[in-house]
Amino acid sequence: MSIFGTVRVKNGQYKIKGDFHHITPNVPIRNEEDGWRLMGITNPRSMTYMHSYGGEAPFFESISQGKILGTRCDDPDCEFKGTTYIPFRIYCPDCLSKNTIVDFTDICKNTGKIHTFMVCERSGAFNTLEKPIKFINVEFDGIDTILMSYLSIGEPKMGLRVVPIFRTRNPSYTITDLSWVTEGVAEEDLPEGFTYG
Amino acid sequence: MIKFSERQLKTPKLMRPVYLVTAGQSKFDRAIPEKRTEELCVDALTMAARLIDKSPAELKSYIHSCYYGHFADHFGDQLLGEAVIHDRLGLDPLGNIGVKTGGATGGSTLWETVKAVASGYSDCALAMGWERMDEVPTDEGNHLISCAADKDWETPLGHIYTGYYAVMAQKYWQVFGKQEESFRRTLAEISVKHHGYARFNPYAQAPMDITVDDVLNSPVVAYPLRALDCCLMSVGAACAIICDEPTAMELTKNTQHKPLRIWVAAGSHTLRPACRRDMEIPLLPNESPDQYADMAEKFPGGERYPGFTGFLGARMAAYYGYRMAGIVDPTEDLDVIELHDAFTISDVQSYEDVGIRPYGYGRDYVESGDCYHTNPHTGEPGKLPSNLSGGLIGCMHAVGATGIMQTLEIASHIWNRWAEIHGDPKTWEEFGREKPADWTDLQVKDAKRALAISHAGVGSHVTSTILMDPDHLLKEDA
Repeated sequence: MSIFGTVRVKNGQYKIKGDFHHITPNVPIRNEEDGWRLMGITNPRSMTYMHSYGGEAPFFESISQGKILGTRCDDPDCEFKGTTYIPFRIYCPDCLSKNTIVDFTDICKNTGKIHTFMVCERSGAFNTLEKPIKFINVEFDGIDTILMSYLSIGEPKMGLRVVPIFRTRNPSYTITDLSWVTEGVAEEDLPEGFTYG
Repeated sequence: MIKFSERQLKTPKLMRPVYLVTAGQSKFDRAIPEKRTEELCVDALTMAARLIDKSPAELKSYIHSCYYGHFADHFGDQLLGEAVIHDRLGLDPLGNIGVKTGGATGGSTLWETVKAVASGYSDCALAMGWERMDEVPTDEGNHLISCAADKDWETPLGHIYTGYYAVMAQKYWQVFGKQEESFRRTLAEISVKHHGYARFNPYAQAPMDITVDDVLNSPVVAYPLRALDCCLMSVGAACAIICDEPTAMELTKNTQHKPLRIWVAAGSHTLRPACRRDMEIPLLPNESPDQYADMAEKFPGGERYPGFTGFLGARMAAYYGYRMAGIVDPTEDLDVIELHDAFTISDVQSYEDVGIRPYGYGRDYVESGDCYHTNPHTGEPGKLPSNLSGGLIGCMHAVGATGIMQTLEIASHIWNRWAEIHGDPKTWEEFGREKPADWTDLQVKDAKRALAISHAGVGSHVTSTILMDPDHLLKEDA
């Protein structure tokens, strides 16, 4: 019987349980135009990785709770002190001091606006978002960087005001837990699992 | 960083003149099931030897160290593939190293090789790049490529790199293209041009005789980019032999072949475009400080630099490279170029980053006809022909090999051997490809200087490779 692989951390080490890979037989690749001679072989692979969010973990926890955390350089000696970051940056890229974690949820809710966008009809394998995917890059007042995300409801256009929604029910703890809609959408109309936080 | 110190902006200097002596490449295709990667590398090295009338064994006897460009271990499913190739090329016990910088891997491999020779470590070094992108179906391939975006912040958003470029395309189209349908058609024209030039290249994977409307009617991948706006996914290998002057002369003694001076410079910028902060535009030698003062008035929405419309990495590769080699105005000083046309939009963006046109005016390079071998408006030679190989859209994007393929292509013009390399009926026959009845010699006449841009990520790594006929240098002490 196969058990889905799960991991927890105890005493600073990963403790794993279940199956982290599945073995599937190799199959020969043959040339049908040349007497079915052997050309190669398939190498099936199903593996589960253990990935650390490290110092960014607070951000991925926060979006599952309806909040957007960013960071700010508060180093008084930094030439660019006060620079604010969404996406969350653990260290200031100028002075390399540890940034301060700041709750920017209100700024995001009140000032989010589409910087640029695109509509994706095709995706790569392992995509979990419904197609077409409306990629948006969202800019915020007073934040020095721009966030890449996706619009769940509404038609994207540059300059359009958008507000964040959060997968607070059954979160995936990935960046897809944060999405956006145009202003005025009723909470009951949000995609399954999403709320305004 | 958004401010750069004088030390960081120092013009790079090679310790001695470095030469591209010869180069080679394999056939490029979406899949090559009949050959292992090492066979493709042998094909490339054998071609490089043939171009200077040497046997592979003779050429190998000159090589002192090896630089291998292979971007994606997970595509080829072979870690330390460099060791496999090195062994199969019979180059033990020479020192060798792998280089991987995404789409710029080929250019970065040349960067490392040139520095090895310039420093005196080696007098003759091999740059070999390859990629094997046929071990997975296309959608898995797109996923694997998307892993070269930020895995936590971007990859889960669609698992497709085209999307990360499409947001730039949308911004560029709206700000600099002013949402004009004519600009969209200009983008499509780039695809028509590159697929068209690929028709005359036996190594090329996607020769097509198509129209602008064909591009505009091709399936949407990530709006506004359509299938025919995108580069290829390829298998293949390419190599270059880099030497100091005495070795370059010795290797080409009693041949008609002329070694070319080579310089490579590199730049970088954030893997996540989202993290780009505003900064002043680093100026190229043909730009003035006041030139971009009124960008926001001319192009509302275009006040951010590099924003989502420029590539700082490409700008810096040109910034360093031009000063190194003495280039002031690329359009005047160069004769032929190969740009990294991963997408039609990034081709246009690059025209501005490398100073062929000022920021905001890239489209004019296409619309003027300057980018063609023969200007379609005048029937005269194009002022600065680009991507006559077919580029990444028409010829190939076997990632680790791409920057080296581009370098071979521009070198073939300066060597005046373009027709020989691309027109030999035996090559067409060997690759099982039909030489078109209207095959055209795209040799750029009297080409003396050339540039190739190799580009990764959404501008994370970019190199500029500059070649010059040694008798036509722009700067004596370069």
